Amino acid sequence: MKLNNVIMRTMTQMVFFIIFLFSIHIFLAGHFAPGGGFVGGLLMSCAIVLLLITFDLKTVQNLLPINYMVLTASGLALALLTACISAFAGEAFFTHYFDYFTLPLLGKTELHTAMLFDTGVYLVVVGVTMIIIQSIGGDE
Amino acid sequence: MQLWMIFLPVLAALFMPLLFKKIKLHTGWFVFIVPVVLVSYYVSKIGERASYASWTWVADLQLKIDSSLDGLGLLFSILISGIGALVVLYSIFYLDKTKEQLHNFYIYLLLFMTAMLGVVQSDNVISLYLFWELTSISSFLLIGYWFTRDGSRFGALKSMMITVFGGLLMLGGFLILANITGTLSISEMMLQTSVIQESPYFTLAAVLVLLGALTKSAQFPFYIWLPDAMEAPTPVSAYLHSATMVKAGIYLVARFTPIFAYNTTWIWLIVVLGLITLFWGSFFATKQRDLKGILAFSTVSQLGMIMSMLGVAAMSYHVEDGVENVFKFAGFAALFHLINHSTFKGALFMIAGIIDHETGTRDIRKLGGLMSIMPISFTVAMIGSLSMAGLPPFNGFLSKELFFTTMLNAQDFSFASIATLIPVAAWIASIFTFVYCLYFVTGIFFGKQQELPKKPHEAPIGMLISPIILASFVVIMFFIPNVITDALIKPAVLAIQPNLFVAVSDVDIHLQAWHGFVPELWMTLGVIAVGFALFMTVKHWRKIYTIVPEWFSLNQLYRRMMRLADEDMTKLSKLYMTGSIRMYFIYMFAAIVVIVLSTLFIKDGYAFSTDNVSKIGPFDIALVVVLVVGTFTVLFARTRLTAIIALGVVGYSVAMFFVLFNAPDLALTQLSIETVSVALFLLAFYHLPKLSRHEARLPFKLGNFVIAAAVGVMVTLMALAAHSQKLLPSISEYYKETVYKEAGGGNIVNVILVDYRGFDTLFEITVLALAGMAIFGMIKLRRKKGEHHNETK
Repeated sequence: MKLNNVIMRTMTQMVFFIIFLFSIHIFLAGHFAPGGGFVGGLLMSCAIVLLLITFDLKTVQNLLPINYMVLTASGLALALLTACISAFAGEAFFTHYFDYFTLPLLGKTELHTAMLFDTGVYLVVVGVTMIIIQSIGGDE
Repeated sequence: MQLWMIFLPVLAALFMPLLFKKIKLHTGWFVFIVPVVLVSYYVSKIGERASYASWTWVADLQLKIDSSLDGLGLLFSILISGIGALVVLYSIFYLDKTKEQLHNFYIYLLLFMTAMLGVVQSDNVISLYLFWELTSISSFLLIGYWFTRDGSRFGALKSMMITVFGGLLMLGGFLILANITGTLSISEMMLQTSVIQESPYFTLAAVLVLLGALTKSAQFPFYIWLPDAMEAPTPVSAYLHSATMVKAGIYLVARFTPIFAYNTTWIWLIVVLGLITLFWGSFFATKQRDLKGILAFSTVSQLGMIMSMLGVAAMSYHVEDGVENVFKFAGFAALFHLINHSTFKGALFMIAGIIDHETGTRDIRKLGGLMSIMPISFTVAMIGSLSMAGLPPFNGFLSKELFFTTMLNAQDFSFASIATLIPVAAWIASIFTFVYCLYFVTGIFFGKQQELPKKPHEAPIGMLISPIILASFVVIMFFIPNVITDALIKPAVLAIQPNLFVAVSDVDIHLQAWHGFVPELWMTLGVIAVGFALFMTVKHWRKIYTIVPEWFSLNQLYRRMMRLADEDMTKLSKLYMTGSIRMYFIYMFAAIVVIVLSTLFIKDGYAFSTDNVSKIGPFDIALVVVLVVGTFTVLFARTRLTAIIALGVVGYSVAMFFVLFNAPDLALTQLSIETVSVALFLLAFYHLPKLSRHEARLPFKLGNFVIAAAVGVMVTLMALAAHSQKLLPSISEYYKETVYKEAGGGNIVNVILVDYRGFDTLFEITVLALAGMAIFGMIKLRRKKGEHHNETK
């Protein structure tokens, strides 16, 4: 018997973007408000899990053609390289730099190398969670 | 040059496989050159001053490979290389090139030669120990030379276990000495004898070093490996187990006499154990049926004799100066008998090998009446045996007279009446020596000839050369003993008794075959008379060997100890290494509880204070109740689903606690993580195999309950104690002040994670990535059944 879950599909299509945006918000706000790469990454993967529950594994793979192994690896590399920036500059490993810039649309904004590091964390968390859930869920 | 000589055999050993495989000539001829070069080198050193050479090995640890050729070292070096040459010559005719793996044999033998030379020439205790263990290892290899035989392997293992046991204890003794004196050099230690005497560890060091010597020299009760080592090829028995290796212990005692002789424990141990060994060995030699067994026990006995004489030599350190010194014979007598024993015992072993080779048996009950068939072997065996028994005109007579002199003097050392037993014991032991010597010769050569596995005939002349040379030494040393004693023994005695003699000319001992009607002569005559009577009636008293039952022996003790170390320990470890993870967790938790609680108790950590305690609100209480109910639900849940959901409840209430305690980041993370992990739990639950889906309550086990309660109590106590005794203020003030100015952020938690302590985060995400890849690997890359053969191809 095949169920027609059209309500769920429609809701998912909307909710997915809301969760996605919220995850980006939490991630970007992390330096001044609660949040950060870790929670952001977890929320992002929750959004993808929602897609997985609604549609099947293949559809999601077509929607988001992402190799999560590569994602995890690039996240780790980004984090490590960020930590190395200061080492190339001749200072202690893991020294961060930041300054304030006036950007179009955003106004006065702080740009921080810690953000790059947090992006690495974000990518690793998304990648790892998806690897785990896909490999366990896809194993029949 | 001196040092190269030590390593000459090992360097020669490198070429043995090549010579064996490429050249048809018997490999032994090439080996023969080595000991001949050595013996001529060492003989040329006779009469020269003691020389010393060294290579620094590890300068900061004072480690040196060195060679000190004083009188004692030279005496042993000549013995090792001389007998080595004869044994190699003998082995050329004894071992067949086509049937034996000769390169192995000669490599082991040459290795042993280097090791022995190193032992007797080392002045550095560590290099002495190094060479000492090398003798153990090469001896192990030689005893196990015919490794396809069970007996060989058993004998090799036994000798290895016992000698290495002693060697390790000896190392302990050396290290104690080195700690006391601050030097590793034996000659420098001897300059500090007064310092060593004052140390509380003096006796301990003496006993440990002595244990090394006793095990190596097969003294009571460690002699048991020697009879089993007779499984080795006969040239090995002749070389290692009569002439050289077993004398390494003698050498050690002699070398360390100037240090340890001040210790009376050392003296009495050597004298008493030496005499017991002498008696025990000679008593049991008559019991043996195997030719080499008889010789092994006789070696044990003769080594005991030498050892006891060295003990008496050590007594001279306790005698006042000026008193007429009665102990000066002892060191001399010991070394004289050492040389004599090497000559006649080497010859006897070679004869035993010849008998084995030509008749096919070594069982003395099957042999007999070979006198007319093998006249030369008979003559040599007769000379060797009579010398061993202590009869004129052979060198054994002279050493036995000296032995009696020594033992008669020894009773003057202690004025206790028990010391009169010393010469009596020595005398009785000599009687048994006489008995087994007769038993050995008559058993082989007299009586009727019996059926033998091979048709007996005289051995080839090449095999007889070495025993003939040794036997002629036996006779020559009786008639002109002083040539050898002047050249070799007198300088060596200086090393043992430097308190008595300063120069070689001080040793005014002149041996002569006839020295009047002294008590020693009457003792010898008594030995001959009683020994002869005992030998004639041997059938009547042989039964006493069966009085002591078989299970009550040192061999059984050894076997039981080996079983204890192997089977019983395996059983013991199986008792607690059950393979059940539950048991291992019990051990671990019990250990943690015991360690932490006792530490808290010892350090007086149970001081609880209620300062700095916050107020508890109604929300806190409500949450705690939810938490506790959730926890108990997990414990008493009937189904797994209930347990998983209850676990979720616990997780979410912890998240609520984070909210209450103003930790929004933690609360967020905890919420999402809890959700993901509950989902994973459910996935795992869904995949459980059908058969083992026990839907049953957790069974109650008292042990588990006690452990769990104890761990809970421990953690609670520790947390309370830690909270009550804060010693330093927190560093969080620093973060609060600098979070915006220096780190450019507002969220302290996140700034700590990515900036102040980003290092931790870097490795936490690495852990995450590893976990993800591990799960991927476990699930995707697992092999299906029957598939695993394909990948290895």
